[in-house]
Amino acid sequence: MLRTVRKLTNPALGRFASTLVLVEHDGTSVNPATLHTITAASKLGGPIHALVAGDSCQQVAAAAAQIAGVEKVLVSESAALKGQISEAVSAVILSLQASNNYTHIMANGTVYGKNILPRIGAKLDVAPISDIIEIASENTFVRTIYAGNAIQTIESIDPVKVITVRATAFEAAASEGGTASTETVDCGIDNDKSEFLQAKLSKSDRPELAAASIVISGGRGLKNGENFEMLYTLADKMGAAVGASRAAVDAGYVPSDLQVGQTGKMIAPDLYIAVGISGAIQHLAGMKDSKTIVAINKDGEAPIFQVSDYGLVDDLFKAVPEMISSIEQQ
Amino acid sequence: KQWYQRRVRGKRVIDYAVKIRVRPDQLGVVTDGVKHSMNPFDENAVEEAVRMKQKKIVKEIIVASCGPSQAQETIRTALAMGADRGIHVELAKGEEALQPLAIAKIFAALVEKEKPDLVILGKQAIDDDSNQTTQLLAGLLNWPQGTMASVVEHSEGKLTITREIDGGLEDISVKLPAVISADLRLNEPRYATLPNIMKAKKKKIEKIAASSMGIDIAPRLRVIKTVDPPVRAGGDKVPDVAVLLEKLREKGHIK
Repeated sequence: MLRTVRKLTNPALGRFASTLVLVEHDGTSVNPATLHTITAASKLGGPIHALVAGDSCQQVAAAAAQIAGVEKVLVSESAALKGQISEAVSAVILSLQASNNYTHIMANGTVYGKNILPRIGAKLDVAPISDIIEIASENTFVRTIYAGNAIQTIESIDPVKVITVRATAFEAAASEGGTASTETVDCGIDNDKSEFLQAKLSKSDRPELAAASIVISGGRGLKNGENFEMLYTLADKMGAAVGASRAAVDAGYVPSDLQVGQTGKMIAPDLYIAVGISGAIQHLAGMKDSKTIVAINKDGEAPIFQVSDYGLVDDLFKAVPEMISSIEQQ
Repeated sequence: KQWYQRRVRGKRVIDYAVKIRVRPDQLGVVTDGVKHSMNPFDENAVEEAVRMKQKKIVKEIIVASCGPSQAQETIRTALAMGADRGIHVELAKGEEALQPLAIAKIFAALVEKEKPDLVILGKQAIDDDSNQTTQLLAGLLNWPQGTMASVVEHSEGKLTITREIDGGLEDISVKLPAVISADLRLNEPRYATLPNIMKAKKKKIEKIAASSMGIDIAPRLRVIKTVDPPVRAGGDKVPDVAVLLEKLREKGHIK
């Protein structure tokens, strides 16, 4: 087990920050959330190295080298990294940590980042910090607890900080203009304990839910999966993505990757339209930082109306088709 | 046919329906006198263990919980659902703010002692929302991990797991022993029936004081302050779709 030598982090001694960012990707492009994590990393000062790990990295590495703020791209390409399985990716990160002694290791607060980083924390014997929304200093971070009903500022006493970053809390770094150097890293990975089999990804021409500027979300009020069709139609007219409440996913109306909420995706689009969603605390946790919130629900007492900027108390089966035809006429 | 032993984690948290209040001293939220329940994801974990036992994949289910004396209630619930015995790692007053790394170390010690083939936890606790303990435990044990599991199938010493990921689903295979975390759609947890609640009273719960385990459980993350989130002013209503669309046009959201 690798251990870093413990050094007291004393601001007066000025131990310089250096950060390793784990790039999230699908073998073709950099996941947009990574751009937000790089902005977070740049608030620490110090060089940023971006790690691209996988079984097919060249295209992603080239894109990562153009991200503003990245000093160096480290590429670890191997069949053992197929599917970017956590046991293998964490081995690469630990190997880099042993050579480069980063002060901070960061990844997106997505399922991808959350799956891998805590494993690193265990091996380095440090407490990982999940889903930060603010960096107060190189030791002090802000995050939400209780589905966003409380905000906590915490100070880490560990010599290395292992952190996942909530994308909605930081701006995206520019994806062009960077001039990072690229280096291949060769980490002999020995993983016979796990294997990536296959991915079953939802295919859509619509914008990605976490990055879309407009999201139309459906809840239990939609009553079934077929009724979501009108939300897809409205979304297409508005260039929007479609999301859902946990209730709609649990009921099988839509696949799980549409879920917005405490235990699903945290998003903050410019416009969030909640259709047939009551507004349970756990759902609000995932969207209450949206710039404008619209709610359409026939129950005027639904909690969602307490956070919406524009609330329409109406039957969604009447209101949504009306919106579609009105926009069509423009 | 191979029979396994598995351990399940049940965390006692503030009930999901309770409205949270931040403490005046800003060190956390109010927990005294507040309704607590088993963390919902841990219910899925317990349920999965019980189903595996019913399918005779698993021989014995041990449920463990770290917490103050009231954690016994959570353990009893799991026993009533079908777990065989419990381990209560008792936290003294002042130790209750145990963080995931410390909890993972405690569980790792229990794993050394009990030698299960599979550990299953809920994917995240709804109090601190960290989603870390499973991954931490797997890292400490150097076991493979299967997080956010929505389907788990067993065959010849391996588990095939379907995980809920950002873009959809992914399937992985892990060799036992392994650590997995349950997502909400893994199963629908059963309600403990009254006869099972009565039977659970006779099942054994071993109590261990956390401080006696020789593990460094001191927090690594110091809470500086806890505050309410900014209040979002809302509540304006629009009379119809036409007015709604006009407002959205004014704001530049639609043309």
